[in-house]
Amino acid sequence: METGDDRSAAKRGTLEGITAVAMLLLGVLVIVDSVRVGIRWVDDGPQAGYFPFYVGVLLCLSSVWNFAMTFVDTASSQKSFVSVASIKLIFAMLLPTVVYVALIGWMGFYVSSILFIGLFMVWLGKYSWTKSILVSGTVIVCIFLMFEIWFRVPLPKGPLEALLGLA
Amino acid sequence: MAEINALLNGFAVALTPFNLLLMLIGIVLGVLIGVLPGLGGANGVAILLPLTFSMPPTSAIIMLSCIYWGALFGGAITSILFNIPGEPWSVATTFDGYPLAQKGRAGAALTAAFTSSFVGAFVAVVLITFLSPVIASFALEFGPAEFFSVYLLTFCAFVGTSSENAMKTIASMMLGFALAAVGLDTVTGQLRLTFGFTSMLQGFDFLIAVIGLFGIGEILLTLEEGLEFKGVHAKLDTRVVLETWKELPRYWATSLRSAAVGCFMGIVPGGATPASFMSYGVARRMSRDREKFGTGMVEGVVAPETAAHAAGTAALLPMLTLGVPGSPTAAVLLGGLLIWGLQPGPLLFVEQPDFVWGLIASMYLGNIAGLIVVLTTVPLFAAILRIPFAIIAPVIMVICAIGAYTVHSSMLDVYLMVVFGIVGYLFRKLGYPLAPLVLALVLGDRAEASFRQSMLLSEGNLSIFFSNYLVGSLTGLALLLLFWPLISTTKRLLKR
Repeated sequence: METGDDRSAAKRGTLEGITAVAMLLLGVLVIVDSVRVGIRWVDDGPQAGYFPFYVGVLLCLSSVWNFAMTFVDTASSQKSFVSVASIKLIFAMLLPTVVYVALIGWMGFYVSSILFIGLFMVWLGKYSWTKSILVSGTVIVCIFLMFEIWFRVPLPKGPLEALLGLA
Repeated sequence: MAEINALLNGFAVALTPFNLLLMLIGIVLGVLIGVLPGLGGANGVAILLPLTFSMPPTSAIIMLSCIYWGALFGGAITSILFNIPGEPWSVATTFDGYPLAQKGRAGAALTAAFTSSFVGAFVAVVLITFLSPVIASFALEFGPAEFFSVYLLTFCAFVGTSSENAMKTIASMMLGFALAAVGLDTVTGQLRLTFGFTSMLQGFDFLIAVIGLFGIGEILLTLEEGLEFKGVHAKLDTRVVLETWKELPRYWATSLRSAAVGCFMGIVPGGATPASFMSYGVARRMSRDREKFGTGMVEGVVAPETAAHAAGTAALLPMLTLGVPGSPTAAVLLGGLLIWGLQPGPLLFVEQPDFVWGLIASMYLGNIAGLIVVLTTVPLFAAILRIPFAIIAPVIMVICAIGAYTVHSSMLDVYLMVVFGIVGYLFRKLGYPLAPLVLALVLGDRAEASFRQSMLLSEGNLSIFFSNYLVGSLTGLALLLLFWPLISTTKRLLKR
């Protein structure tokens, strides 16, 4: 058995299966809704569901095939999809991103971006606080100049900008 | 020659100081995008698209297409110096480019790559100059059935030419079509697939999908490799450039062949990647020192780079003349045309000659500018890749978030981008191709509209797609490509 962080976190076949089933369910959803709006031919031509219905059917058929293939091609299914070390890094990126994106809506783009870049550098990059603040601050000032001033594209702002009179 | 006249007019449009400046900015931004992991031609152009909303359309497309050329050039830098293909079509460049760099000939490899890219693009632009007016005037006669058969051909070509699993290509494509159908049906005014959510009324914008699928997905993939990039240092001085240029004419046959392969495959959707592999394979088979390929041959850099750049440029030909983009990046440019209020397709050549010929003229100028910029600034861009990933990754995430937000000034798009990013990572790892998904999302509505119009004309009879030679051969070719994986598998089984 492999040990440590090189070992597999998930098998490829598992992910193949989950993806195929998810796509199959989406296909069913498309079919159901197409039937609801009508998939037949009426006096003034095809109904709204006419085209999407077949899209849904093809999505289901191809997903069933892909699902079946995970059992046929067992060699590939047994392979590792992602190692424990990699999945840790991926979540270390993904979770802060989700928090960051949620924060934008609450405290605006600029403040949350400074926090995101800075904290990411401190935690994952093991940089000092001064260096992190310096880098993230510079990046955000550049973005502010480029978007708000030169190209006049406003980005979402929060309470701090309102306090400073920038919004 | 009407084309030459039109082209000269185009140069007059493109050669204003403002446009030249935008060209330069575009190239530099493009190379930057091509070098940075997680940013590529398609999502880079998508992110920067909102910057051009306030510009005149001609200036806007000049800047955006220059970003595209820059990204094509930039892909070679990472392949050769870091053995990381920045774009899928740069994979073949790593085969000989990276060994060359390890042998201390990075300068020669880069010069060869940039020059070949330029040659490939140049051949493709000449092709666009003389072929696109012909195709456009031909397509003026197209009815809905012809257009639908062109769409059908585009999508079937993905199935026929993809190296990946055909069923996964179809699944990915159908997901794109399903996402395109979400929202208001323009013909009947009914709501489709919105399930009562008002935020779904607008449907999915493909720009958001492109930024998430390619941008976030790519960063997550890069993360798996760890946080450190290890690369070879490059010096590019005039002596090396001139010496390499002296060597390059020897490979004229390879260049010509690769440019031809590239142009042909570029017009077929999704062609740049297979084109680069194909021309590398052909160059190896035709070469006298066949066994030396893969150990650092200049010729092995020339072949894929010429083909990839020719294909990348030729992908704009169907986009301009028929409104059918040949690659995800061409699709983003097409999205730009729609936003600026221009309807891509054959009428564009009649109604907006200044725009079309300005763009074509800027392709010549942009590629010359691109060659000069990359030859002079390589060390700078290589230095960017040495910035640790712990800084680059969050910065790119921030840039992606800006890109997604500015498309419609909507936070919902930013959330969607993250979802698309996770889907993009999964799809890439499992071998679902992303290009068909994006193109189906872009073309879905128009493909459906042309299908419904044809059906109305024929009162529901599918034989309209075989009603004359033109539409019949297009549909026939499409069906052949669709069933190609099946045919070739059967042939292989019969041979056994």
